Amino acid sequence: MEQSSKQYDTVIGLEVHIELSTETKIFCGCATRFGAMPNTQTCPVCTGMPGSLPVLNKKVVEYAIALGLATNCRINQRTLFDRKNYFYPDNPQNYQISQLYETVCRDGSLEITLDAEEETERESEIPEKTSKTGQNAGKKTTKTVRIHEMHMEEDAGKLIHDESVGISLVDYNRSGVPLIEIVSEPDMENAEEVIAYLEKLRMLCLYLGISDCKLQEGSMRVDVNLSVKEAGSKTLGTRTEMKNLNSFKAITRAIGAERERQIALIESGHEVEQETRRWDDAAGVSYSMRSKEDSKDYRYFPEPDVPPVLISEEWISEIKNRQPEFKEEKAARFVAEYGIPAYDAEILTQSKHLAALFEETAKLSGQPKKTANWFMGELLRLLKEAGKEPEELIFSPKHAADLIVAVEAGKINQANAKEVFAKVVEENVEPVSYMEQHGLMNLSDEGALQAAVDEVLVENPAIVEEYRSGKDKVFGFLVGQVMKKTKGKADPGKVNELLKASLTKM
Amino acid sequence: MELLQMSVRAMSEKIKSKALGVTETVSALQKKIAEKEPGLGAFLTINDAHLKMRMDEVQKGIRSGRYAGPLAGVPIAIKDNICTKGLRTTCGSKMLENFVPAYDATVVQRLHDAGMIILGKTNMDEFAMGSTTETSAFRLTKNPWNMSRVPGGSSGGSCAAVAAGEVPLALGSDTGGSVRQPAAFCGVVGLKPTYGRVSRYGLVAYASSMDQIGPVGRTVADCRALYECIAGWDEKDATTVKYDVTKTLGHEPNAEERIEKLKGMRFAVPKEYLGEGTQEEVREAVNGAVKLLERNGAVVEEISLPLADYAVAAYYIIACAEASSNLSRFDGVKYGYRTDEAEKLHDLYVKSRSEGFGEEVKRRILLGSFALSEGYYDAYYLKALKVRRLIREAFDRVFANYDCILTPTAPTTAPKFGTALKDPLLMYLQDADTVAVNLAGLPALSVPCGVDTEGLPIGLQFIGNAFCEDMLFTAAEGYEELRGKFPTAWEQVGSGKAGER
Amino acid sequence: MIKIDEAVLEKAELLAKLKIDVAERERTMNEMEKLLLYTEKLNEIDTEGVLPLSYGEPGEATLREDEVTNPDGKAQTLANVPVQRNDCPVVPKTV
Repeated sequence: MEQSSKQYDTVIGLEVHIELSTETKIFCGCATRFGAMPNTQTCPVCTGMPGSLPVLNKKVVEYAIALGLATNCRINQRTLFDRKNYFYPDNPQNYQISQLYETVCRDGSLEITLDAEEETERESEIPEKTSKTGQNAGKKTTKTVRIHEMHMEEDAGKLIHDESVGISLVDYNRSGVPLIEIVSEPDMENAEEVIAYLEKLRMLCLYLGISDCKLQEGSMRVDVNLSVKEAGSKTLGTRTEMKNLNSFKAITRAIGAERERQIALIESGHEVEQETRRWDDAAGVSYSMRSKEDSKDYRYFPEPDVPPVLISEEWISEIKNRQPEFKEEKAARFVAEYGIPAYDAEILTQSKHLAALFEETAKLSGQPKKTANWFMGELLRLLKEAGKEPEELIFSPKHAADLIVAVEAGKINQANAKEVFAKVVEENVEPVSYMEQHGLMNLSDEGALQAAVDEVLVENPAIVEEYRSGKDKVFGFLVGQVMKKTKGKADPGKVNELLKASLTKM
Repeated sequence: MELLQMSVRAMSEKIKSKALGVTETVSALQKKIAEKEPGLGAFLTINDAHLKMRMDEVQKGIRSGRYAGPLAGVPIAIKDNICTKGLRTTCGSKMLENFVPAYDATVVQRLHDAGMIILGKTNMDEFAMGSTTETSAFRLTKNPWNMSRVPGGSSGGSCAAVAAGEVPLALGSDTGGSVRQPAAFCGVVGLKPTYGRVSRYGLVAYASSMDQIGPVGRTVADCRALYECIAGWDEKDATTVKYDVTKTLGHEPNAEERIEKLKGMRFAVPKEYLGEGTQEEVREAVNGAVKLLERNGAVVEEISLPLADYAVAAYYIIACAEASSNLSRFDGVKYGYRTDEAEKLHDLYVKSRSEGFGEEVKRRILLGSFALSEGYYDAYYLKALKVRRLIREAFDRVFANYDCILTPTAPTTAPKFGTALKDPLLMYLQDADTVAVNLAGLPALSVPCGVDTEGLPIGLQFIGNAFCEDMLFTAAEGYEELRGKFPTAWEQVGSGKAGER
Repeated sequence: MIKIDEAVLEKAELLAKLKIDVAERERTMNEMEKLLLYTEKLNEIDTEGVLPLSYGEPGEATLREDEVTNPDGKAQTLANVPVQRNDCPVVPKTV
């Protein structure tokens, strides 16, 4: 095909669904536990039984307000629900209770941080990505992505397909699990900005504790609205909506592929159709989801079963007062308050839980820099080896702090301390008693140490003679012999001191 | 029949004082039902399976003091769109012919808690869509006053059962007049409570923003006793309100006291409700009632409510729009009728729904889907919602000056079978006197106020301000005393001879 | 003035998942049209600046606390399911 010389801009807006981590569903008292047996977490309301009625979960509204405040949204003090009508088996009422007209939040924004130099391809997932940015620290730019609106709605059930007999089975456990949908303005231009926006949003949700935001498990779902236009043109092109994006990698690939698909259509004289497409990540292509029996006409109308929700100023300020310290603030404070490097602070605040563990350990140990070193080195290595998330850490900061204090007091050597640290992290053992039980403490009894020194001097008369004749090098051998005799548990500094004194005395 | 000459409170007192046994009471009514049903057709399901157990439970509960309320031991019939656990609930539709709910509606739970006994489920227009009970997929219900006449609808079964003396009380539902209009046609008392007063949890939705469950009884006092039992906030229905429900305690007012309370009460009579489309005898009966009130100290003034003429149009747009969405859950997957053969999902939906729903239901779903669809939403649905607000505001202005509005409950007395079905628009226009109340969410009560030349009952409608049911009952009880005893259908017609007069 | 023709009926049928029999279509269209024409009398009323009223009573929603109140509901969910397998309702395959 003839290569056109035209340049194109990509225009991207996102619709992000966040599944909230409430105890119960949005409109009924059913549990939301993940992985329960089919249809056990159901009731007349979330299965659309005749006569059942929805009653809104207060926590869902609170979570929506909290996220709205964190994204600079205007909170609607009289928010309404609407019905979105469409037939599909995962949707038991054949309508979804959502919000269209008077959504809970409006007109917000997110400031995203981007690497200053152009990065064309980004393949890594978050942990690797941050370490990359970390090394490039300092060369950053920021950009504001506007949020059009944010609304509350109910999730659909799950369909289990049995291809062999041509049927699908319906599990309503997920039906009615609360969602917040965040709709951005089309303010993003490439995959890097999209990922930065999603990471920022994810971090806010994690800090607020309102969702675990896992793309793979579907607790964060991203639909990408994308169009292309000739560079510099003011007129927007026709956009498509891409669904089924289950990883940041898939999102990046899909954005690239859809941009190319649309450009190819335009250059070959075709038009881009406004449609919903489904991304097949394995094949690296997308398919149109249109079918002649479906209508895009959702016939939204006000949900008569859920009266207006009134959100008072008092309620908003109550929630405002409960907002956590978010990542950026926390990282800056760690640098200022504990004197740790900005890079360390950035990594340690990737997880609210990790940051809390760090801060508590630093306070208890009184050794923030040493604590940061242990966390950045040993702790992250252990996590990586175990393939675990920081959220899964269970150790008590007191135990970590006790160990750090012991190391700094010379009560245990570095090698043994690492062994104990691993035990603290993995099993939350009490480090001092563990060290004692397993004989990992340094020998602190000066008499015993002096006895070992004396023994070594007696056992090695030739070496002692060499030393006294001025061969300083053999001193190291004598130290080694003492360490061997004490099975490595002696404080090397102390051994040096005693050995020198004894040799001088001789 | 002595059992049905006394008030429901008196009946309960007799049962509680052991002058009357629970089983004895139920058996007497069962006998009556067995005798009447073949001709009348008020019931769709008779509660056989659980009745014996329930009677024992109630008898024991009364003895132990668990059931000490004013309706303990009193039998009742329930409209078949109100869910009863373990008891078939069809909504008068082939779609739910074999549907047995796994849960009780909140009102049913309250009846149980009050020690009442459910005798069965009553016939109705399919999904409450109709004004004659003729759209029921299962049977016709006759008017106990004249077997060639409809009982009205959609709560035709409930009102006919009370009028025929099969039960002392029944529950209906009222979306556009479905309790009041059949109450008027059958010569009994029926209330549509204020929207939000009675829980809709377990009422199969027709038009959610207008549906209310309402009580049917032979007298205002009976109706009031049942209302007090079912009304009040429910955590399962977010549209119910937390306002207190006034309860009738201890001494019931006597005749003089009831009439005395009418003194100085302010009644408005909107002239639009007595205009051209209204049958002459209905107009006369209502005017007669108005004069009677006036002569006894009430203040009565004629007013104008010009928007009344637009209520039917706004009502049908809104009701059909909501119905089209509410009834989309019936698709052959979770419950109800499922077509035998469907290879594709779309076919499963279309065939199950087209075969399971009757004509009137399909027509309203299509109309509602149309009114909400792209390009028509503003012109039809939104326009209707705006007129609805104007109607509500017009009522608000009236209630700034008056306690109560008086109108006929229906423009005519009960029509013959078949007339309404021929012309849907004509059928909808029969609701002209009742629908405005549902659009505005107000309470309204129908009380018999006379008969036409053929002996068919005429209803007088009392409309009150929101959450003023107490005042409505007081006004209606006063009127009832002035009017004097209204004959019951069985006294008037005589059992077994109904329709031959 | 609304006109209900085959195209409008088909659109409504598609939205409502209904199919009116061939023999009934003409009558259905006529009745729908007659009813809709009747409702057009609402246009006689000036509603400029009037807010729509969509709720039965302009109250405020009572909200629920986030506490699990429902036990395992599988049995009641499946009690009326016409065709089921592995504790799930069955539909023709959707993909």
